[in-house]
Amino acid sequence: MDTPTVQAKRPPKSQRRPPARPSRQRRTLRTNITAYGFLCAALFCFALFAWWPIVRQVVLSFQETNLVDEPTWVGLDNFRAVVEDPAFGQAWKNTFAFTFLALLCGYVIPFVVAIVLNELRHARGYLRFVVYLPVMLPPIVSVLLFRWFYDPGPGLFNQLLDFVGLPGLSWLDSTDTALISLVIVSTWMNMGSGVLIYLAALQNIPGELYEAAELDGAGIFRRIWNVTIPQTRLILLLMLMLQVVATMQVFIEPYMLTGGGPENATVTVAFLMYQYAFVYGGNYGAGSALGVMLMVVLLAVAAVQLRLTRDEKR
Amino acid sequence: MANTVDLSTHPETAGDDTRKGPPTAASRPRERRRAHWAEGHSRTIISPLELKSRWGSRIYWTVLAAILSVFTLVFVFPLYWMVTGAMKSGEEIAQMPPTLWPKDPDFSVFADAWELFDVGLLLKNTLFYSVGAWLFALAVDVTAAYALSKLRPMFGNVILGAMFATLMIPPIVVMIPAYITVTDVPIFGWNLLNTPWAIWFPVAANGFNIFLLKRFFDSIPDEILEAAEIDGVPPWRVLVSIILPISRPILGVVSIFTIVMVFKDFVWPLLVLPDSEKMTISVGLSQTAGQVTQNQIMAGLVMASIPMIIVFVFFQRSIMAGLTAGSLKG
Repeated sequence: MDTPTVQAKRPPKSQRRPPARPSRQRRTLRTNITAYGFLCAALFCFALFAWWPIVRQVVLSFQETNLVDEPTWVGLDNFRAVVEDPAFGQAWKNTFAFTFLALLCGYVIPFVVAIVLNELRHARGYLRFVVYLPVMLPPIVSVLLFRWFYDPGPGLFNQLLDFVGLPGLSWLDSTDTALISLVIVSTWMNMGSGVLIYLAALQNIPGELYEAAELDGAGIFRRIWNVTIPQTRLILLLMLMLQVVATMQVFIEPYMLTGGGPENATVTVAFLMYQYAFVYGGNYGAGSALGVMLMVVLLAVAAVQLRLTRDEKR
Repeated sequence: MANTVDLSTHPETAGDDTRKGPPTAASRPRERRRAHWAEGHSRTIISPLELKSRWGSRIYWTVLAAILSVFTLVFVFPLYWMVTGAMKSGEEIAQMPPTLWPKDPDFSVFADAWELFDVGLLLKNTLFYSVGAWLFALAVDVTAAYALSKLRPMFGNVILGAMFATLMIPPIVVMIPAYITVTDVPIFGWNLLNTPWAIWFPVAANGFNIFLLKRFFDSIPDEILEAAEIDGVPPWRVLVSIILPISRPILGVVSIFTIVMVFKDFVWPLLVLPDSEKMTISVGLSQTAGQVTQNQIMAGLVMASIPMIIVFVFFQRSIMAGLTAGSLKG
């Protein structure tokens, strides 16, 4: 990275050149003023709407406030209250279960799909368009559409099950199937970006590698295992972390489809946070305490990611 | 603020045009298309020879047919079901077994839904927020990225680091303090609830846009700017007359992602635009969906999807270019 001109290393005072070019000093000052002029709008937005909320989250988690009266400091009370809530354990369990299931569906399937698509020589444009289409739709469309499909009566899924002679499921209404139903919607509406990103990674693999593997007598699965996967390792790793971060924030699916039910089977951490602050009469402190915990988990994930990609690049 | 981390907008996964720097011959549409075509036919896992063999080609056509039908079934059929569902009557939509095509297609449901959901107002609001966010974010982020990339002020790297750091914390995690900030902006004391600024300010504070723009500006040689400076051209003219014209591809990527992000967002507008006169289309649909019939909901969903599908059809290339390739080589 470039060091700002002003901070450039200076020789000791005795060796310093006489100030032969005062204009340079003045130029630097002027450049700085101009630069901050260009930056001020961004600094305003970032300071108030990006940096301050992060700080405020930590502050709020130690306070009790109703946004009208002066907030009072309550130490760790908020954290204690959050942890003692019976929904707390359930929310984390659901979030991790959701993440795990979403990885099974949303991580492995797109990679396999991308490998197959990359082999095809026809209809490539159509397939790409179609797989990315749900990503373009507003999430509310996908969610409300699937809510109808999941309808235990005339819903499309039970009709299809009935058509092939299987008994219908209660989908969102049963503790057994509610979470996986949310994962299915989530995968359907997000899968396209994963597929296209993998596809691009696959196209960057030099063909000679496959050529060489083939000459060595490697079959198709050997080629995938020994060429494709090692060649896309970095992106696979990165996508894994991104996927974890993305699923940690699941909100619209439980909010619109189940309201966290049945029996808290689909309460996620982000959803619980929303409920504390905006449903159960403005318990901002408890919500922020939960937010701080989520922040810590996400930062840990980010740290692992940085560590792994750095090792990998070396 | 996006409600989830969209994989497509992460620094490490985005940016075909974005890393390459100023346009080269290959990024001109026609040549790129040719390159793309050639790429599609380059050697992959299965060799062309294997495909040409009798069994190879049989398997290939079977797989192709299977993929085409599965994809159409999984990704297009739900949308078909949405459109036809809207045109079915109340009885027909609940009927078992369902009809594949409505017996008596009823287009008036779209007019009903338009009235019930107030789709006109909702779409107008959402477009206003999206376009405004796009212009505002572009103005704020381009100037900032230019300053950080070319003018390099004191503490520039510290500021850049702090901007990138926000990428690690997705907006939904800080929704409570962000909401409180919007209701009472520190120092200024503004209440931005139910105003477009509640959307625009946070959208402009987007570390990812800064990242993309700065990376692109970094690739523009300093010599051009030095020459301009010697000629006495002021910095803002350098930005407008030299930098911006070269940066068209990256500006396109940033623009589309910003517009799509604001249009699709749900949680943030749910919190900060609760007034039914100011709602976005997503929030409006979610609020009214409980009070109308299934076919009317579907009609509403169809109308909410159309703008994004149009954007996708027209800007497909930019969207996909922004999403794929490039940085994956690292």
